[in-house]
Amino acid sequence: MALKGNLRDFSTTQLLNLINLARKTGTLTIQHDGESAQMSFREGKLIYAFMGEEAENHLAQILHNAGKLSEEQARIIQVRAKGTSDKQLGHMLIQRGHITQSDIIQSVRQNVLDTVYKLFTWGEGLFRFDANKLPSPGHITIPIDLESVIMEGSRRLKEWEILQEELPDLDISLRFTDRPDARLRNINLTVEEWRVVSFVNPRNTIRQIARANNLSDFEIRRIVYGMLQAGLVEVVRPARPQVQAPPVGRQAGSKQDTPKEIEQQSPAVKRSVVVRLIDRIRGL
Amino acid sequence: MQAVKMVITGPFSAGKTQFIGSISEIDVVSTERKISSTAEQIKDTTTVAMDFGRITVGDDLVLYLFGTPGQRRFDFMWDILSQGMLGFVVMVDSTKPETFREAKRVLETFESYAATPYVVAANKQDLEDAWEPEDLRIILRLRPEVKILPCVANDKESVKNVLLELLYSILEELDKAEAA
Repeated sequence: MALKGNLRDFSTTQLLNLINLARKTGTLTIQHDGESAQMSFREGKLIYAFMGEEAENHLAQILHNAGKLSEEQARIIQVRAKGTSDKQLGHMLIQRGHITQSDIIQSVRQNVLDTVYKLFTWGEGLFRFDANKLPSPGHITIPIDLESVIMEGSRRLKEWEILQEELPDLDISLRFTDRPDARLRNINLTVEEWRVVSFVNPRNTIRQIARANNLSDFEIRRIVYGMLQAGLVEVVRPARPQVQAPPVGRQAGSKQDTPKEIEQQSPAVKRSVVVRLIDRIRGL
Repeated sequence: MQAVKMVITGPFSAGKTQFIGSISEIDVVSTERKISSTAEQIKDTTTVAMDFGRITVGDDLVLYLFGTPGQRRFDFMWDILSQGMLGFVVMVDSTKPETFREAKRVLETFESYAATPYVVAANKQDLEDAWEPEDLRIILRLRPEVKILPCVANDKESVKNVLLELLYSILEELDKAEAA
């Protein structure tokens, strides 16, 4: 089924969060103000991204941008290695001792991240996720955990209104998520975020955590929003009362059952009402 | 005569009226009027007060289905409609991501009104642009025990399935309450 819409209604952060949690594989294409960007994912991990038209020998440009190749070197490579895939080009540069494998991995990773972080600033744009569509085998793909990407992208979200809307109530508590793949050690946290993490406990409200760490409402919202989107923590809802009796009232025009009368009905009566409803609807 | 009530809620144009209309034994009684807001001109009329449908179970028992108005300016009606409900269904138009945030808000509001069981109906699953129910579960941050069900509001069997799943959830809650 299609996964498409507008960033105006469903933000980059929400999309990445969905792709991460649903462990999706495929390519997300976003178009915004005449620009186009693509991000590819394998089982919920970001593996590749580029913006604009993909040029041949993309790697040479990436290495130049990362300061690993001079402009002249990049130009010569682009001319001489025409028709060579990024993977082949990478092998060639390593074998000739121009560059190390680590240089390539770091540069490609940074390029992917820079591309994705730009997308966080796009307030609107049409998006479409094509399941199972992946870059051709000649591309260099590097798996990157989306939790960290979402955290950093969220840090760059400057819009107070968005944070305000997403987290209107500071008098709620947080707890660490039970998701087994959420591990603090895999996520890069700032000093401030670590301080907040140390106070995460269902007994502490977000407002109390902010006070304890001398953080403004905006700062605490930004930090908590990032942690929520990364799936590190979740909101603790106020304790719900015990299940109420199925409210059984009287037909209009006759005496109405009061809440007290409804509560006084035995579980057997309530169950009988529900079972009768099930039988009736099954028979419709 | 005993009467029980279920509430069908959700954002504007999620398919609530159609849902009730598919299963009600009476023509849905809805108070509709022409839409004035440009932003809401997806359809010609919209529900202002509520939709009202009925399923007679026997001489002594009847089920009423109430649909809530979708627009924010009628929020005051929600609290009134939720009083005494047996359970509720949150309808979501699976093809309109722009309404998911509003669906979450509606869901949380109704959850705060009463500790009654509910299910989420991912409507318009017959359309190509529909988002998958499990994707909606993540987006709406549903707890694992909350059911999200594929739905086509103009298909009676699909509507029956949603209502039955809600009733099964209510039975489960009763079991838990009795065991406690």
